[in-house]
Amino acid sequence: MSAPNKNFDPVMPAALDPANLQVAVDAALVAIAAAADLAALKQARIDHAGDRSPLALANREIAALPPSAKAASGKAVGAARGQVNQALKAREADLKQAERERILTAERVDVTMLNDREPIGARHPIHTISEHIADAFVSIGYGVVEGPELESEWFNFDALNIDRDHPARTMQDTFFVGTPDSGAVLRTHTSPLQIRTMLNQQPPVYVVCPGRVYRTDELDATHTPVFHQVEGLAVDKGLSMVDLKSTLDWFASTMFGEGIVTRLRPSYFPFTEPSAEVDLECFACRGESVGDPDRSCRTCSSEGWIEWGGCGMVNPRVLQSCGIDPDVYTGFAFGMGIERTLMFRHGITDMRDLVEGDVRFTSAFGMDS
Amino acid sequence: MRAPLSWIKEYAALPEGVSARELADRLIAIGLEVETVEELGSAITGPLLVGRVTQIEELTEFKKPIRFCQVDLGDQTRGIICGATNFAEGDLIVAALPGSVLPGGFEISARKTYGHVSDGMICSGRELGINDEYDGILVLADGEVGQDARPILGLDDAVLDIAVTPDRGYCLSIRGIAREAALAYGVEFTDPASLVSQLPADGPQHPIDLRYGADRFTARALSGIDPGAASPDYMVRRLNQCGMRPVSLAVDITNYVMLELGQPLHAFDADKVQGAIQIRRPDSSEQLETLDHVKRILDPDDVVIADGSGAVALAGVMGGLTTEIDENSTNVVLEAAHFGAAQVAGTSRRHKLSSEASKRFERGVDSDLARIASDRAAALFAELAGARVDGLVDIDHRQPVTAISLPMDLPTRIVGVDIPADRARDILTRIGCTIDGDRVDVPSWRPDLTAPIDLVEEVARVVGYETIPSRGPAMGTGVGLSTQDRLLRQVRRRPAELGLVEVLSYPFLGASDLDALGLPDDDPRRTAVALANPLNDQQPLMRTTLLPGLLAIARRNVSRGSESLHLYEYGQVFRDLAEVSAPVAAAGSRPPEPVIQEMLSALPRQPEHLGLVLCGDWSQAGWWGAARPVDWSDAIRLAQAIANAVGVTLEVEPDVHAPWHPGRCARLSADGVVVGHAGELHPDVVSAYGLPARSAAAELDLSVVLGQAAPVVPAPEVSTFPVAKEDVALVVDEVTSAESLRRALADGGGELLESVRLFDVYSGPQVPEGKKSLAFALRMRATDRTLTDEDIATVRGAALASAGQLGAELRG
Repeated sequence: MSAPNKNFDPVMPAALDPANLQVAVDAALVAIAAAADLAALKQARIDHAGDRSPLALANREIAALPPSAKAASGKAVGAARGQVNQALKAREADLKQAERERILTAERVDVTMLNDREPIGARHPIHTISEHIADAFVSIGYGVVEGPELESEWFNFDALNIDRDHPARTMQDTFFVGTPDSGAVLRTHTSPLQIRTMLNQQPPVYVVCPGRVYRTDELDATHTPVFHQVEGLAVDKGLSMVDLKSTLDWFASTMFGEGIVTRLRPSYFPFTEPSAEVDLECFACRGESVGDPDRSCRTCSSEGWIEWGGCGMVNPRVLQSCGIDPDVYTGFAFGMGIERTLMFRHGITDMRDLVEGDVRFTSAFGMDS
Repeated sequence: MRAPLSWIKEYAALPEGVSARELADRLIAIGLEVETVEELGSAITGPLLVGRVTQIEELTEFKKPIRFCQVDLGDQTRGIICGATNFAEGDLIVAALPGSVLPGGFEISARKTYGHVSDGMICSGRELGINDEYDGILVLADGEVGQDARPILGLDDAVLDIAVTPDRGYCLSIRGIAREAALAYGVEFTDPASLVSQLPADGPQHPIDLRYGADRFTARALSGIDPGAASPDYMVRRLNQCGMRPVSLAVDITNYVMLELGQPLHAFDADKVQGAIQIRRPDSSEQLETLDHVKRILDPDDVVIADGSGAVALAGVMGGLTTEIDENSTNVVLEAAHFGAAQVAGTSRRHKLSSEASKRFERGVDSDLARIASDRAAALFAELAGARVDGLVDIDHRQPVTAISLPMDLPTRIVGVDIPADRARDILTRIGCTIDGDRVDVPSWRPDLTAPIDLVEEVARVVGYETIPSRGPAMGTGVGLSTQDRLLRQVRRRPAELGLVEVLSYPFLGASDLDALGLPDDDPRRTAVALANPLNDQQPLMRTTLLPGLLAIARRNVSRGSESLHLYEYGQVFRDLAEVSAPVAAAGSRPPEPVIQEMLSALPRQPEHLGLVLCGDWSQAGWWGAARPVDWSDAIRLAQAIANAVGVTLEVEPDVHAPWHPGRCARLSADGVVVGHAGELHPDVVSAYGLPARSAAAELDLSVVLGQAAPVVPAPEVSTFPVAKEDVALVVDEVTSAESLRRALADGGGELLESVRLFDVYSGPQVPEGKKSLAFALRMRATDRTLTDEDIATVRGAALASAGQLGAELRG
């Protein structure tokens, strides 16, 4: 530090010499650039921007200058200090960024390591496809109806025009409850839900009824005594077989793809008249495998059609048993096997897979089917 | 019903060259379920010729009789070795020559055997796939030496196998199927019944006393039958093609006529029938041994054919042994009757006996046929067995069939396709109806046609279902899932979201399953309905709880190598009723309301339950650390989370309830209503099912859970003011439940106490004997201000005071 400048002939202190200021700045920039980490940068800050740094000392000399010289020198020192501070700030940001990156790199893990710590649930495809079907019909204004599996005989048979000695009654291999005369059975189809609905509700009736049903078949690759159906019922003024066919075609394309249609074959069910078997156009080959030995189709056995279910116009006797006037209302009904639908839709070859509850089977389906 | 194409063609003038497959497609389109088409000769290729055995050399040096035969084949004679002995020189046989292939890929070649070159094979029916006879070779009654044997054997034919639906009994005959074939092609049909000439009724008769069960009964006496007469080739061939075994001429004739016309017939040995034949109800405890050698105790609702000795046949179902035709029978009483469909169905069901006759009567036999079929059979007996046709008794009590009034616009209305009245009338005429305006008289072979809608179906199937167009679906009037449906979906789905895998089990149980659960004798879950005809005698009951099914599935998965399992199932259980007795109302009109209610209330309660079973680890061991085994608390936690899916909070209280561990069982309730139980399974149950120790389970009654769900969830008030936290450790008696203490703190703290959460439990030397320390985190907050220190002290003090009433002391 020089002595106060008392004479009027101003003497420029060496520290304020522009060349020296430049030397100090250059030295600072070299030191800042050389700082390899935040600790080194801190030392560089002390050395070159601290209270005892050359630039700080130069700054003090300004106070001793005559007023006429202060402005120019102040500007020069300020510029020099600004240059150094800016370099410090930039370097600090760079070093902090590098430090973060070092830590993040060090924290790298092998994300491919198996992570099956917590169990993952799944739903049974019988139930998810039933909901899928119900949702489709809900979207066109149908209600969903479920009901008891242990059913009064009248609902399961008599009201559906299947009287006691009707061959269909023995055809269906019924589980009787208690004694054969108890008046109760395990429902052999979801059709008693038609009766329950129509007893409760005057037309218009539009419902879809998924549910579990029972027949005395032994379990094998294609049969199970406990299985599932979905039933549809519509009763309204002016419904005809055209509505039935149209609804089935819509159902087929909703479930199996745009343009997939159904085919009706005359058949017999006591509760519908006229009655038909419903065939589904093969969604896998769309009939292109028929008669083409090079394109055999496993889904439809190269038949082009898959047996899907039964349907028909609600027999007027059934409407009458529910107190609905068949001269005013007509209706249609249809029913499909859920297991059967799953089997051809998903290529399931053994019914037992659907029945046994092996978690490996269910887990593959996740939350949908 | 198996129907040979050649036989159908006899009565239906099908276009030239129609194949069996084409016919099948047409029949399917008009409503016959053709299951298979069997091309009979398709498994045989190469030369198969008629030959005459001109010389037989018996080779005696072998253990069994062997013949070296010279066979004349017209332009050649071949030497063929044969092991059968049922033929003689001069007989016509079927020879498969070298180069031919028989069913099963059996290739015929010339080969040396038994010291001779055998230049082909003399065939048995079995080897050609015609029948099951293998005792001897086929000996032909006629044929031309050297001609192709296939046409004679029917091997150029095809058989359609048709599953006849219950409404089409008339199609259990060639007559009916040919009628449908003609209808399908729109060609002429010759009714075989119209070809039968009526035979005189006079002559010696067998007396008949018709009391019950039939509205038509005919009995034709036949005498002087040659017991040695054999069935002709065509009859044997057709019986075989139709899947019936040829037995004897008398039996074959009755079966043949049944196949041809659809009328079941029965031939009694007249010399074994004692006195007049009665058709009546059985006497009490009357018995009958039927032709299948089963002794049957007759039901009072059956109808029997009886003679002086008692029942000799089960009417419409099966004959009896005592009057069976045998190889010495020369006199026959031939029965052709029209028994009631329901009557025969009942007998068949009660005796679990289905026969060719009962199948036809159940579905309805043409009521005009009895006399015609009887005459047809009698003529065959005369022609083929030299029988003398004696007198006929024909009792006819038939009522006239009511005509149907068909509004001629009904077909259009139901089918939705324009069907002019003329078209409908034409179709109905073609199926055999007589029409006068709207009045339709149905033919005798269609007892299934009783209402206008039945006629609509006839019209529709002939018009063709393929003509029905498709447009948009029939739109319903509903507005989406109901609240109940939506809530059900949530609880049914939540367990899977929580990590459980859904399974479905059969809902059948045995008493041993309930024993394995350790249920007390008076447990309501022991009140179960039983099935009259269970698949498995060990499991005759309907489930009252889901746990046995779930545990069995858990065991199956364990046995297949899964160690940790988290399973759930939902479904109906069948409760509170062991005996069901429901009225069965009449059909055809809506039953009176009290009867409907009675039918509904007779059923057991069938609530939907949800069960879960946890075995092994909840979280597995891995690079992250050790496994966490499942325990009692998982079952409770999951049950609570499931109920929470529909906004229901389950309260937990200790309980003792099988099949749970008595010290680790929670009773779960919502608003004081018990919903179910959860906890660790009793060790005895765990070992009974072979599951890992400490397996846990829960079972909830979803119908109760849903009943507690609020239709609209009230929103909580969420405060944005700062929270004040205080922890308190309380020393209480060991038996004091954490939940009761938590509730006491919460109740005491009041509105400002936002939550109380148990975060630590301690028992040991730091607290007195018989005591435990429970540490709770209290969170306090107001909705309108920041709490002051004074507020906090007040809330804390009030909470502690309330806890103090349970004997809780602040831990020092």
